[in-house]
Amino acid sequence: MAFEGLADRLQSTIKKITGKGKVSEQDVKEMTREVRLALLEADVNFKVVKDLIKRIKERAVGQEVMESLTPGQQVIKVVKEELTDLMGGEQSKIAVADRAPTVIMMVGLQGAGKTTTTGKLANLLRKKHNRSPLLVACDVYRPAAIQQLETLGTQLNMPVFSMGTEANPVDIATKAIEKAKEEHNDYVIIDTAGRLHIDNELMDELQNIKSSVKPDEIFLVVDSMTGQDAVNVAESFNEQLDISGVVLTKLDGDTRGGAALSIKAVTDKPIKFAGMGEKLDQLEAFHPERMASRILGMGDVLSLIEKAQTNVDEKQAKELEEKMRTASFTFDDFLEQMGQVKKMGPLEDILSMIPGAGKMKGLKNAQIDESQLTSVEAIIQSMTKKERQDPDIMNASRKKRIAKGSGTSVSQVNRLLKQFGEMKKMMKQMTNMQKGKKGKGMKFPFM
Amino acid sequence: MGFMDKLKNKFKQNDKEEVSTKYKEGMAKTRNSFSGKINDLIARYRKVDEDFFEELEEVLISADVGVTTVMDLIDELKMEVKRQNIKDTKEVKEVISEKLVEIYYGDDDEEMEELNIQENNLTVILVVGVNGVGKTTSIGKMAHKLKEEGKKVVLAAGDTFRAGAIEQLEVWGERAEVDVIKQSAGSDPAAVIFDGIKAAKSRDADVLLCDTAGRLQNKVNLMNELSKVKRVIEKEIPGAPHEVLLVLDATTGQNAMSQAKTFSEATDVSGIVLTKLDGTAKGGIVLAIRNELNIPVKFVGLGEQVTDLQAFNAHAFVYGLFADLLEESDE
Repeated sequence: MAFEGLADRLQSTIKKITGKGKVSEQDVKEMTREVRLALLEADVNFKVVKDLIKRIKERAVGQEVMESLTPGQQVIKVVKEELTDLMGGEQSKIAVADRAPTVIMMVGLQGAGKTTTTGKLANLLRKKHNRSPLLVACDVYRPAAIQQLETLGTQLNMPVFSMGTEANPVDIATKAIEKAKEEHNDYVIIDTAGRLHIDNELMDELQNIKSSVKPDEIFLVVDSMTGQDAVNVAESFNEQLDISGVVLTKLDGDTRGGAALSIKAVTDKPIKFAGMGEKLDQLEAFHPERMASRILGMGDVLSLIEKAQTNVDEKQAKELEEKMRTASFTFDDFLEQMGQVKKMGPLEDILSMIPGAGKMKGLKNAQIDESQLTSVEAIIQSMTKKERQDPDIMNASRKKRIAKGSGTSVSQVNRLLKQFGEMKKMMKQMTNMQKGKKGKGMKFPFM
Repeated sequence: MGFMDKLKNKFKQNDKEEVSTKYKEGMAKTRNSFSGKINDLIARYRKVDEDFFEELEEVLISADVGVTTVMDLIDELKMEVKRQNIKDTKEVKEVISEKLVEIYYGDDDEEMEELNIQENNLTVILVVGVNGVGKTTSIGKMAHKLKEEGKKVVLAAGDTFRAGAIEQLEVWGERAEVDVIKQSAGSDPAAVIFDGIKAAKSRDADVLLCDTAGRLQNKVNLMNELSKVKRVIEKEIPGAPHEVLLVLDATTGQNAMSQAKTFSEATDVSGIVLTKLDGTAKGGIVLAIRNELNIPVKFVGLGEQVTDLQAFNAHAFVYGLFADLLEESDE
């Protein structure tokens, strides 16, 4: 299939661009074309893709990319960020009503997996939140839909409220709430019949159920394999019912799941859960950032992005080197570097990025105590601007103030100052070392 | 114009006014939005240039036709436009529909949409697909249809996994007034199908429709289970199953291709039932599937009623998609 070659295609395009050292608008165009194909192959709606590509172009053609050492990879990073932004953060909270029972309504097209998800959600509520849900069979149309929910109820050992296929779904829902109050069920999950978003009669029925039971949550259940039509479905259900969240089903399949992006883009409602299997405990919190990787084509592309990330900092590392050479390295630079470190994770990475540092003996297997980073950060942040630029003006009363402000001791402040001084000296040596002289060994203050 | 006439005549020859009405009604949403878009496009662009092709690409992609198919089509169109020296978008209209229909038919025998029904022996039809596409419902509708045609039909409740699946098939059995062979939930599907074959033989049935549990195509053990079911059928009746129908949801996007490929590997799919075509989804992926895997669509589901399953008629289907375009071209 076309998308199997995606990572390769992207990679060769990246290589082409990387080779030039500088990226032109034409290069970005080429990159975004590949990305566009990838997104479309993944079933992201073409309108959503269009907007996304436009934003990516705007961001990528800017300086950020032009100056980067590996612009091709930078573009991919921008893509990943845009996708992750669009998907939003993880949100798997379920509403709790002020007065029990909390009412949840499940809606969606035929065959999306509403009934199964109803069972899974009930199971999750009991297991993780210690609730006792009542399941309500409002699908009076599909043959054996009620039996299906009843069977799930038996499997879960949970009560199911039904009134047969002759009753009106609105009545069933209303009576179910009364029943839940009597039986002290704190959650009511209403399973509704699957329907087309353009079926006015049945959409009215949902609105009637909604206005009579006033649900705290309305979950739109969507098959993750849905194609371009996901936009129409989600938009329509959201407009008519003002859904509160989305459950994406069958995500254990091999679909790329671009529908997730489309749904989020048109409804701006969180995707809360994902169905990950046929068993009743296979409902998981939805992870937006993982979805972004999946839509892009996973594995290879992800590692590319990680590579891109380290490369982004090469530019800053170069600046750092420049500062070292001119010995104008200040506590501000230091703090900035620490911010970088935190962003990147392992401290060794940034050290290895400082030219020459990798060759130094003591540094090779350096183990860094990350917890000390915090106090070092606090000490620097407690310094005045002037103190950061010129640590030489430090006296006893300044040190005392800094120690107080950072919640450390004067001796800790002293240690940092001393190490910082040594480090600056070291930097000079390092620049010399690069010219062929032998260095002594270097220690960062937080090592 | 020759092509259009041919298509129209062919359609009229078939003389299935009822069918065409059904298609027209069921696909009204689909058709309106699709050819509406193409007409929009042609009205907006006077000149055939890169922008025009880009927009056309989007129109086709929005119908879930699939990126690869669309790209190929666009390339071909570009060549055709160059060859015929077409500059006006109105002229390109005919070329577009011609090419799209070509993908559908290919060089194949156009009659391959017919079900392979045995004259004097039992015909076994195995129905497969992912979860929630409408397998059981399609079987119910098929049973009704075959019975109307005077066939004696038996259903085998091979979905022993999903809660309520057996009951669901039983309801359809009652509606269509045909027998349903079942075992209890959780039993071996291959055993149920085996029973079904025995029962169908002893009852002298014409057609046995075998339901199976929905399964995602990347679940290897479940796909193996399906292969086993097929082997059981092969062993009992040489040459069977006579049809393996893959049920596809028209709402499904590009994953339908993966479904078609993997289910074919496991069970040698002979035809597709395209369901839920009465919504706004266009099911354009069947174009790509027919083109790439040579699997024809045999039935389309156009609604929830027992009569809402139509034998697939490529001409009617294409006519439904392009009706507006064709009618306008006639003026």
